[in-house]
Amino acid sequence: MSMLSVENLNVWFGHGRDRVDAVKDATFAVARGESFGLVGESGSGKSTILRAITGLAPDWSGNITVDGKEIGKHREKTFFKTVQMVFQDPYASLHPRHSVDQVLGETLYLHGFTDIDTRVVNLLDDVGLGAKFRFRYPHQLSGGQRQRVAIARALAPAPEVLLLDEPTSALDVSVQAEILNLLADLRTEHGLTYVMVSHDLSVVGHMCDRLAVMKDGEIVEIMDVATLRNMQATHPYSQHLLQASL
Amino acid sequence: MTLLDVENLWVKFPSRHGVFDAVRGVSFTLGKERLGIVGESGSGKSLTGRSILRLIRPPGIMTADHILLEGDDLMTKTERDMRAVRGQRISMVMQDPKFSLNPVMTIGAQIMEAYMLHNAVNKKAAYAKAIEMLEAVSIRVPERVMRSYPHEMSGGMGQRIMIAMMLIPNPQILIADEPTSALDVSVQRQVLDIMDTLVKDRGMGLIFISHDLNLVADFCDRVLIMYAGRIVEVCDADKLREAKHPYTRGLLNSLPRLDEPRARLEVLQRDPAWSEAPSVSGRI
Repeated sequence: MSMLSVENLNVWFGHGRDRVDAVKDATFAVARGESFGLVGESGSGKSTILRAITGLAPDWSGNITVDGKEIGKHREKTFFKTVQMVFQDPYASLHPRHSVDQVLGETLYLHGFTDIDTRVVNLLDDVGLGAKFRFRYPHQLSGGQRQRVAIARALAPAPEVLLLDEPTSALDVSVQAEILNLLADLRTEHGLTYVMVSHDLSVVGHMCDRLAVMKDGEIVEIMDVATLRNMQATHPYSQHLLQASL
Repeated sequence: MTLLDVENLWVKFPSRHGVFDAVRGVSFTLGKERLGIVGESGSGKSLTGRSILRLIRPPGIMTADHILLEGDDLMTKTERDMRAVRGQRISMVMQDPKFSLNPVMTIGAQIMEAYMLHNAVNKKAAYAKAIEMLEAVSIRVPERVMRSYPHEMSGGMGQRIMIAMMLIPNPQILIADEPTSALDVSVQRQVLDIMDTLVKDRGMGLIFISHDLNLVADFCDRVLIMYAGRIVEVCDADKLREAKHPYTRGLLNSLPRLDEPRARLEVLQRDPAWSEAPSVSGRI
């Protein structure tokens, strides 16, 4: 059974003549423990799919099923224990006046944990930062360290699905390698399921098992990574993307 | 022929913990070529680009033995004289079009302003020139774009508009600071191709600052690799993959590759000796 499945998902913004259909009829399923990639250019709706899953895009129709349970307009607390998201820009996704301890502690408190103290330390160890970073503020951290904190925050409720929205595109290549390795390790350690959005085909090729190529809000092709590596994409747009990223 | 000759460039920022040297004794020359400068964030590559135009704001301090633009030393020029250099003889394209275009002026007004500032022409001639430049950067409906505001443009279009604006005074040197990193891969190529043809046709020198090694290897003729404010290696762009310096090798190896799948990516192991080693000269 699939961990996350999306059927005929439509997402739109605005209404009347200002209506923009950001995602049209997207259908895909991600198995438990799988890593699934969404690629496409900006404006193709790949991030919007993630936002619709987490409830950050209010207007959507279709079916989203997480772990066998269908998601309605109102998301239960258990949903956020299962699904967590990591955002693109580590400079914008952390509260500038909250220390790492506050960021993680608050998340843990909201999810009803009582052993917050030990969990904060464990989370920081998990993402390779260690306890010495606990009382730092975001401006005292580098981009890579901030993204590690963002990943720790997403891991706080011990989720099963991580939605990764371009987790490394704001980082240097050398730091990108560290974060991608960390994500790969965490996935094996915690048995996580990933949905990763990226415009970089080689990153998706490295991280994912299968991927969907998006264009103008539609999924034009779903293929596995072996097909991608052998350059056997069938849709002309996927071929064009492949050419551009070599 | 040498267009630009930079000798022993330093950029320093005084701070509470002493002076921080962001660029430490960089020397290089630029001919009619495409020179790439690569490095991580904080390696001083953008500051190097900015200091050529003397755009380091106080409290930052920049010093250099000389910055010769066709034999003309920019270091001795007054701020007033520098204004005739900026835009006219050396132009710069910044990273993000969102922050470099004026949000409350139409595109047309901005391009025309840039042109009229440097040329004694009337509005009509400036309008015609602006349309011509927008067409040169493959913008399909230039009349509509002229009337639009920057927020109505996509990233790729914004960046092409920036390039059009920078090329209008016909400068000798174009400095492009990460011109495509805010853009998609598919649009990236387009913008680079446009820049390439324009630079070639006009016989300009191009300094291309980027963190993307693959892009630089494809696009430039010569590459300077910067680390901690110094040039650690200079090589021909087509031989970048055979680079010898462990830092360059590390950067290349940390990239995931479609054709060579690996379970783990190599993580760059930094050697303190790299930042201590003297700067390599980028002169020909």
